[in-house]
Amino acid sequence: MYELIVIGGGPAGLAAAFAAYEKGVKDILIIERDQKLGGILNQCIHNGFGLHYFKEELTGPEYAARFIDMIQQTTINVLLDTMVLEVTENKEVHIVNKEQGYQILKTKALVFAMGCRERTRGAIGIPGSRPAGVFTAGTAQRYVNMEGYLVGKKVIILGSGDIGLIMARRMTLEGADVLACVEVMPYSGGLTRNIVQCLDDYKIPLLLSHTITEIRGKNRVEQVVVSEVDENRQTVMGTEQIFDCDTILLSVGLIPENELSRDANLELDSKTNGPFVYENMETSIPGIFACGNVVHVHDLVDFVTAESIKAGSSAASYILEQENEPTQFLNIKNGDHVTYVVPQKIREEKIDRRTELFFRVNKVFDDSQILIKSQGEILAKQKKSYIVPGEMEKIKLSKKVLDKVTNGELEICVEEVSRV
Amino acid sequence: MYDVIVIGCGIVGAATAYELSKFQLKTLVLEAENDVSLGATRANSAILHAGFDPEPGSLMAKLNVEGAERAKELCQKLSVHYNQIGSLVVAFSDEELALIQDLYERGVKNGVKDLALLDREALHIMEPNLSSESLGALHAPTAAIVNPWEFCIALAETAVRNDVEIALRNRVSAINKTDKGYKITTNKGNYQTRFVINAAGVHSDDIHNLIAEPNFEITPKRGEYYLLDKSEGTIVNHVIFQCPSSVGKGVLVSPTVHGNLVVGPNSEAIQRDDLDSGRDTRNTSEGLKNVAELAKKSLPTLNLRQSIRNFSGVRANNSVGDFILQEAAPGFIDLAGIKSPGLTSAPAIAVYGIEMLEKSAGSIFLQKEKYIDSREKIVFEELSLEEKNAVISTNDTYGRVICRCETITEGEIRTAAQSPIPPVSLDGIKRRCNAGMGRCQGGFCGPRVVEILADELNMSPLDILQDREDSYILAEATKGGH
Repeated sequence: MYELIVIGGGPAGLAAAFAAYEKGVKDILIIERDQKLGGILNQCIHNGFGLHYFKEELTGPEYAARFIDMIQQTTINVLLDTMVLEVTENKEVHIVNKEQGYQILKTKALVFAMGCRERTRGAIGIPGSRPAGVFTAGTAQRYVNMEGYLVGKKVIILGSGDIGLIMARRMTLEGADVLACVEVMPYSGGLTRNIVQCLDDYKIPLLLSHTITEIRGKNRVEQVVVSEVDENRQTVMGTEQIFDCDTILLSVGLIPENELSRDANLELDSKTNGPFVYENMETSIPGIFACGNVVHVHDLVDFVTAESIKAGSSAASYILEQENEPTQFLNIKNGDHVTYVVPQKIREEKIDRRTELFFRVNKVFDDSQILIKSQGEILAKQKKSYIVPGEMEKIKLSKKVLDKVTNGELEICVEEVSRV
Repeated sequence: MYDVIVIGCGIVGAATAYELSKFQLKTLVLEAENDVSLGATRANSAILHAGFDPEPGSLMAKLNVEGAERAKELCQKLSVHYNQIGSLVVAFSDEELALIQDLYERGVKNGVKDLALLDREALHIMEPNLSSESLGALHAPTAAIVNPWEFCIALAETAVRNDVEIALRNRVSAINKTDKGYKITTNKGNYQTRFVINAAGVHSDDIHNLIAEPNFEITPKRGEYYLLDKSEGTIVNHVIFQCPSSVGKGVLVSPTVHGNLVVGPNSEAIQRDDLDSGRDTRNTSEGLKNVAELAKKSLPTLNLRQSIRNFSGVRANNSVGDFILQEAAPGFIDLAGIKSPGLTSAPAIAVYGIEMLEKSAGSIFLQKEKYIDSREKIVFEELSLEEKNAVISTNDTYGRVICRCETITEGEIRTAAQSPIPPVSLDGIKRRCNAGMGRCQGGFCGPRVVEILADELNMSPLDILQDREDSYILAEATKGGH
């Protein structure tokens, strides 16, 4: 019987395990499916990690190494090359690996930190033939950065998610010709700094409101047809451009990896595709916590770390303090222009002075304000000069504001304000 | 000098090779592609039809019902995923109720067992998610779902284990009559044989025309599909057909043996010139939209956003309207124009073809004293906890899961790589053990499978293919890499 099992040895799992250890939990096991710790950071060899958390600029493997070193100074156990096949509601963890075979482990508490996976061609239904040469950006990144192979020489990138942008630069530096980055929305899905540093600096055109309408090629991609789309994302006839290329990289969204959450019967949020969580990252099952991209897809690993420290500390409190769970909670609703909010539920009793909410919007705002409403009444507001869908927003809520809520429901909205 | 050469190794060629492998014959299978089952066999509805559809008295009617029974037995013997879930033809109007009555009677004439007509209430108890506008259905309990490419591979593999030879990447370009039989020319060389069986799928007319006067034509039709995530796999319990009508044939919705849901097909004529160009099996936005709309008629709550892959297959429809099983020239048998229900009928078509050959030869082929007629396959996920640990303790690579979505282990992938017809591609591995079939479509396991396959085949990862010849995955080593 373990005190805490952490599923996933990427940035989320490492930070959660370390935080729980610091809080006094000693009997901790991290289970990682790969042959080393670090998760997806190991293939993110570009820099830009750690600016918020370490106040310095690190590469992905460097950022991971900091946490791996910290973990190695502790008595935290690690199982590598081990797959978790199932987690039951009563916290039994089914694992399999070469050395121990198939085992069922028991634990007092769990942290889910399984990360996310990439949306595929099949999920978005790109018409055309089905040749080789269509990769998700992350898979291509693994081939290039981990395996040492270039996946193609003439590349079109579909979607302007961060991994796609990073790969545009990476493929260019490796000698490939990146012809364009094609984005169906009228704005980019990635960080502004990545647009500048990965596309603009290399003169790679970003075609907004465009999409791939046909893939051509017998055995390997030969051509891609790109068309403009209107405001309803319908193809505009007569706008077809044909690109001769051998490779398509897809950066069309990430999906929290929640097969285990489903097995465990965690309640999921259809907007984030992750489990809903309370203010302390606890899920619908007491003692099961979740953090990182398994809850919602983050832009920056630094924020994953912060969230995971919260989850790990909360798991420690659950294990060590055996408090009774409060039954009262507030529901957070997605108001105007807000696609999701995490946490989805807040238990006031668990909050000292303030709590943080993370959310995303569905359009680009210049001058705007974030409104906290309850029953239509504005409880608090905050001005913002620039909000975009590609960048996660954060707002702090004081206990004073929460006290004003009467019907158990809170709504986050974003609205434009006209420039004075 | 071979006794028999089979041209083509889709389901018909493989079933024929399997049946021939029981006889004291020197048999060769010529396949144009780099693996078996790459034509219609790998892209279809994956259904073993009960047999109420074909016109009574036709070859299709006879061989469908016989084939379904043989297929059931073969799947069991050869460890092929098979599940007899039954099918429903759903009626949405009074005309369609009359039509399913006709289908029922036709089925009885064809010898289909256990057919029943269900009223609205009985239907909705069996299929609660079905549209409330459905009025009744024809229930065929003998219909089944199957893994079609696994079926083909199992048959071909068993043939090879019984000493049938298979020559991949051999595209037939000429056939000449010789004193003792035929000389077949391919891109790789010449082969001499007494007898020929033409099982060349959409190219069966081309092959026929190399040796005989044209008397039929393949008019290929494309069918487009969605494959949905396992989250949608239990929305129905049976194969759900719509009634054929003046507007079209309707589309089906069916669970797959892997627990996914398959939705399709439509039917689009394709140009002969498009065959083997990649265009023949492409998906079109109109086609997919059409399939989606029709499927929603049966299941209004169907969530097509759970699609994990679109695909399309080409059926060898023909100008005759029945299977074309004929002696094109002395000792040269066509098993041609095998459209639906071809997958179901294939085991019976094979037997029928060999009987035609025996008739032509004027003698009965002698059976071998001993031949292999079973196949073992370890599917890790399907084992009990004790069995899992037993298999890991003898071979620890079964303890390493490579494909997370489908829980496929390194052991299964290595076994697939060492199989009697060794795969050379990621898709070849997928067809043999299912790695990469799941919701991430190989995004996670792809690079790992490339590495394992390269190791097994003692090849550079640069030479591992996605699928057919020239479908390379990796272009070159990175700067300073390898």
